[in-house]
Amino acid sequence: MAQSGFARNEQWNGWLFVMPALILLGLFMIYPILWSLWMSFQVGRGMNFSFGGFNNILRLTQDPVFIRALTNTLTFLAIQVPIMLILALLFANALNDSNLWGRSWFRTAIFLPCVTSLVAYSVVFKSMFAQDGIMNQMLMALHIIGDPIPWLADPFWAKVVIISAITWRWTGYNMIFYLAAMQNIDRSIYEAARIDGVPAWARFWYITVPMLKPVILFTTVISTIGTLQLFDEPNLITNGGAPSDSTLTLSLYIYNLSFRFMPSFGYAATVSYVIVVLVGILTFIQFLAARDRRA
Amino acid sequence: MSNPLALIGRTATYLLLLLAAFISVFPFFWMLVGATNTSADVIKGKATPGGALWTNIVVFFTSVDMPRILFNSFFIAGVGTALTLLVSSLAGYGFEMFRSRFREKIFGSLLLMLSIPFAALMVPLFIMMANLKMINTYQAIILPTVASIFIVFYFRQATKAFPHELRDAARIDGLKEWQIFLFVYMPVMRSTYAAATIIVFMANWNNYLWPLIVLQTNEMKTLTLVVAGLTSAYTPDFGVVMVGAIFATLPTLVIFFLLQRRFVEGMLGAVK
Repeated sequence: MAQSGFARNEQWNGWLFVMPALILLGLFMIYPILWSLWMSFQVGRGMNFSFGGFNNILRLTQDPVFIRALTNTLTFLAIQVPIMLILALLFANALNDSNLWGRSWFRTAIFLPCVTSLVAYSVVFKSMFAQDGIMNQMLMALHIIGDPIPWLADPFWAKVVIISAITWRWTGYNMIFYLAAMQNIDRSIYEAARIDGVPAWARFWYITVPMLKPVILFTTVISTIGTLQLFDEPNLITNGGAPSDSTLTLSLYIYNLSFRFMPSFGYAATVSYVIVVLVGILTFIQFLAARDRRA
Repeated sequence: MSNPLALIGRTATYLLLLLAAFISVFPFFWMLVGATNTSADVIKGKATPGGALWTNIVVFFTSVDMPRILFNSFFIAGVGTALTLLVSSLAGYGFEMFRSRFREKIFGSLLLMLSIPFAALMVPLFIMMANLKMINTYQAIILPTVASIFIVFYFRQATKAFPHELRDAARIDGLKEWQIFLFVYMPVMRSTYAAATIIVFMANWNNYLWPLIVLQTNEMKTLTLVVAGLTSAYTPDFGVVMVGAIFATLPTLVIFFLLQRRFVEGMLGAVK
């Protein structure tokens, strides 16, 4: 009898501790995401909704601005995430060598960009990539380019600027995850490989990378989710997707549809569900890929 | 080191790291130098300190109500952080210490919810806040961020290392569950709290999209919004913008250099 009273008490206490968080998550996450699903089937402007069935989804397929935003977002994802993660892995591998001179200095320097606010660094990048700015001057002084590049005025180079900016901001962040994981790998595995004459690149490829698989998966997933939601940089560095929507992302488009033009919340919700579906599919594929390679 | 190939590899490593370090640090240098130059000089790529620092500071402080803006930023980030830590650590502790099959299922579904993008929430959240007449208020910014799944995870992971004997001893001493949390758990876990404080404060301080949507009048704006506003002017005054950028970066930079180890610990929290 006393036992069951204690057990009931435990149950009660368990709920009390988790309840505030669950209520808030219900209010500000589950309720809005479900509401958003309902809204994605509504058409109309401002606060006047009416049921539109699959009209919004049809509109997606015929909306050139949406197609462009989707293509841009996927381009950023496909190019930026691999570059950043490979760089992070290389830096982490180099810094994992305890004989390296100035190791903690290098680590701090490469990590430093993570400390900046997105807005502050976007501003700094915008000024660096001006037509007569420091970037063009340095590249011309080094004879890498002959003529100044119209970084922010050309659709291709504007994408390059956005990709460089995000890579600058997040490489150190991912590097820290890899470094921490590398320090957990048993040293004796490397010693054994070294004695057997395994060269450094092979030790990296056949020992380090497989051992880091869970962390690589984790960083790939969070980078994918982050890049699919890209907003701050294109809004600030390229003034909301300029030139001619070449850096317009899905998040920017949702923002424009809801808050910049005459609001069409229903359609914005449909676009936002495209991100939800993409995150779901890509995360699923990444988990599958990680499992396959292990087998 | 007698092997010439190893020597080449070593040199290449140092060159790569030096280049990476230079690229990482250069924008900070550019921000500092930019604050001392006129806007025209910043755009022209002048990389040497100029004499416009004082003018830039004066223009910044006359165009921005700095005490009010700083109050907004610190209030939102400070209160938001305190509430997030309280609510999320309660949940992390609850999930780990009081296990039940049903709660484990809920915890599992939280894992899936971690991948819900904010972009999908912003429209309904905005309409919700408009219906509640909370547009342009502090609570509209703070409330949706308080229950952080990431921080709940972080605390649950950390709680695994919390010695159960302490809880048993406290129970024998007749402490109630909330007292155990408040007087035993929280003091013991203070380094976890410190690390979580850093990441949550930083996220709140730097938050841009949600405040951009919700905060609409100048006297409610945060420093992040003000700097962004100066940048998106038709012809931004870059010298002044750099002064703003320095102010926006300073708090997190200071925290980073004072508590470097905790800072990194906090970021790693989720995968430990």
